[in-house]
Amino acid sequence: MNSHVSDAVFRRGRLLLWGGFLALAFALPLAFKSGFLVSLLCQIGIMVVFALSYNMLLGQTGLLSFGHAVYYGMGAFITMHMLNIIGKDGSPLTTALLPLVGGLAGMLAGVVLGYVTTKKAGTTFAMISLGIGELVAACALMFPGFFGGEGGVSGNRVVGKGDLLGFTWGPQVEMYGLIVAWAFLATVAMFALTQTPLGRMANAVRDNPERAEFVGYDTQRVRYLMLILSGFFAGVAGSLTAINYEIVTSETLNAHTSGVVLLMTFVGGIGFFYGPIIGAILITVMQIVVGGMTHAWLLYFGLFFLFMVLMAPGGIASVIAIQRNLWMAGLFGRMVPHYLAVALPVLVLLAGLVGLIEMSYALLAGEGVGAGDTATKVMKMELHLNTPGPWLAAVGVTAVGMALTRWIGGRTRAAWNAALSTLHGDKA
Amino acid sequence: MSLLNGITYGLLLFMLSSGLTLIFSMMGILNFAHASFYMLGAYFAYQISTWIGFWPGLLVAPLMVGVVGAAVERYGLRRAHRFGHVAELLFTFGLAFLVEEIVHLIWGKVAVDYRIPVELDGTLFTLFDTSFPIYKGFMMLISVGMLVALYMLLTRTRIGLIIQAALTKPDMVEALGHNVPRIFMLVFGGGTALAGLAGVIGGNAFVTEPGMAAAVGSIVFVVVVVGGLGSLGGAFVASLLIGCIQTFSIALTISITDVFAVIGVTLPEGSQVARLTITQLAPVLPYLLMVGILIFRPRGLMGARES
Repeated sequence: MNSHVSDAVFRRGRLLLWGGFLALAFALPLAFKSGFLVSLLCQIGIMVVFALSYNMLLGQTGLLSFGHAVYYGMGAFITMHMLNIIGKDGSPLTTALLPLVGGLAGMLAGVVLGYVTTKKAGTTFAMISLGIGELVAACALMFPGFFGGEGGVSGNRVVGKGDLLGFTWGPQVEMYGLIVAWAFLATVAMFALTQTPLGRMANAVRDNPERAEFVGYDTQRVRYLMLILSGFFAGVAGSLTAINYEIVTSETLNAHTSGVVLLMTFVGGIGFFYGPIIGAILITVMQIVVGGMTHAWLLYFGLFFLFMVLMAPGGIASVIAIQRNLWMAGLFGRMVPHYLAVALPVLVLLAGLVGLIEMSYALLAGEGVGAGDTATKVMKMELHLNTPGPWLAAVGVTAVGMALTRWIGGRTRAAWNAALSTLHGDKA
Repeated sequence: MSLLNGITYGLLLFMLSSGLTLIFSMMGILNFAHASFYMLGAYFAYQISTWIGFWPGLLVAPLMVGVVGAAVERYGLRRAHRFGHVAELLFTFGLAFLVEEIVHLIWGKVAVDYRIPVELDGTLFTLFDTSFPIYKGFMMLISVGMLVALYMLLTRTRIGLIIQAALTKPDMVEALGHNVPRIFMLVFGGGTALAGLAGVIGGNAFVTEPGMAAAVGSIVFVVVVVGGLGSLGGAFVASLLIGCIQTFSIALTISITDVFAVIGVTLPEGSQVARLTITQLAPVLPYLLMVGILIFRPRGLMGARES
């Protein structure tokens, strides 16, 4: 690694940021001591690694993959089998080192499958990755000996004599420490990779493959290498899931998992290194918090995703970056009243929509057992869904919200455009 | 008999893949939600059949799906198009996700009782002691009729000529005074209507459930890749090929060991691979075919261009 790389990774500001993150990650469970929080944080840590590994393909190399769960799943299954082998004959490996094994498994899967998939870029790559993903998922059901069939493979992470420091990894808090350590290492490694010549070449291959070839690089080789490395980190993430939940089912490598990681990464923002981290945190929290509140969670998620694709294709990270630029230019203060003004009608609109969706769900899908219930409780209000009252109210609120959003949103957009043009004018 | 079944299934696949291919070669959009429109077709037809019967549904449901498709193009894709191909792909991907959720919401998570109409319930003829249902014949009839109509539309009519021209030289066509965005909308609507029609006649032959889009979707992608991206002829050959492969392999119960025994190789007893039968392999075969094609002939059977 050349000095430029270490400079970029260990510059003072960055060092503070990394250290701050690490400290926060360790402080949170100690400060709140809640089991729910710890398991939520575990899930977040795993997903951060998975989403970052995915962004090595989508964000850095421009490869839209629909089969990334394959590498994640392979890491998980191999880890589970290793765990069981260690449990049986007590080999020198310890649980703490298993993510390395999972990573290598993901890498190996990348070496084999990537050879086929990375021959092409663009849309063809997307389709092939989808096909390979389906192929592996179908295979998973064909070989119950390895993949455990419907029930999956389970194990026990407390094996061997414990580690050097005396951790057994049994309690969830110790497990969380392990996840944070691995997630941190993986994140630093992935960030360092973006600064290496390979990382830079990946960007070139993404932006202008023809030119990259002219300069003398084999684009196929760059894509292949990036896929292998990405497979490694996905394998690490899969491995952590296996150790954390102590069970792996064929669901870990199917299209749904591939879809979720794609959505997370995109919502967070593929153009920035920290984008997928935001996405992973946000989506995991939403999944658990909103998912616990409503059956319609997936519908909201789908709508939110479409909204992001149409309105902010750079993801949340790009929105933050623009605000930061505005702040730097001293224009942020000018926008605040506009943001506040538009927030109100948007909230009204959202309330109306949520009301409509929730009432439809209660009526059609059935809240729990009583499918087709005509009376439901939304926000502790007893609503009679067989009467037109609540429906009219919800439609009315939605319509008012929509009209107000259009009206005030138009002004906000004008102010926004003015601020942006001032910003770019300053630069030029 | 398996051949006939395979052709029926293949023709159904072609109805889906032809729309997908048309949309892809024209707009460069790989419509991930294509199978979702197939599912919508089946559900719309089911709903209409419970109200006014199967026959009106055969006509109305695809039209409704086409209208939905055109609206999606007009208000969603056209916007996503500004942000590039990845945004378009992701938009259709999110759409597929959303459609499945909405179907869950409206029609529930279990299969609905969408049946073959009584007039078509019965045996058309009997061959080698196996009966061929009338409905399969009806499916073939509709598919072939649709195919001929599509061919005529594309090659013999004015609008077809404009579409073909817009496929290759959209700027020139626009310069000649045709509204290319509107043609795009029409093609997208038409393609999704074809998928809807496939759903109408396929939904009751197989099963109408929320998982049907995911089940068919990936197979359709295999068809399009194997046939060569953007090639209608290739999609046709690949549809029939995969239709037949799937039906034949389901009918065969010999195991891998037997296959190898024919060529004189004895596999070790008891290994999991050796015990697999061709039937168990059936879901994987199309993907294996696709991987094989990609390795040996990356542009597909009849693909004209690389990538």
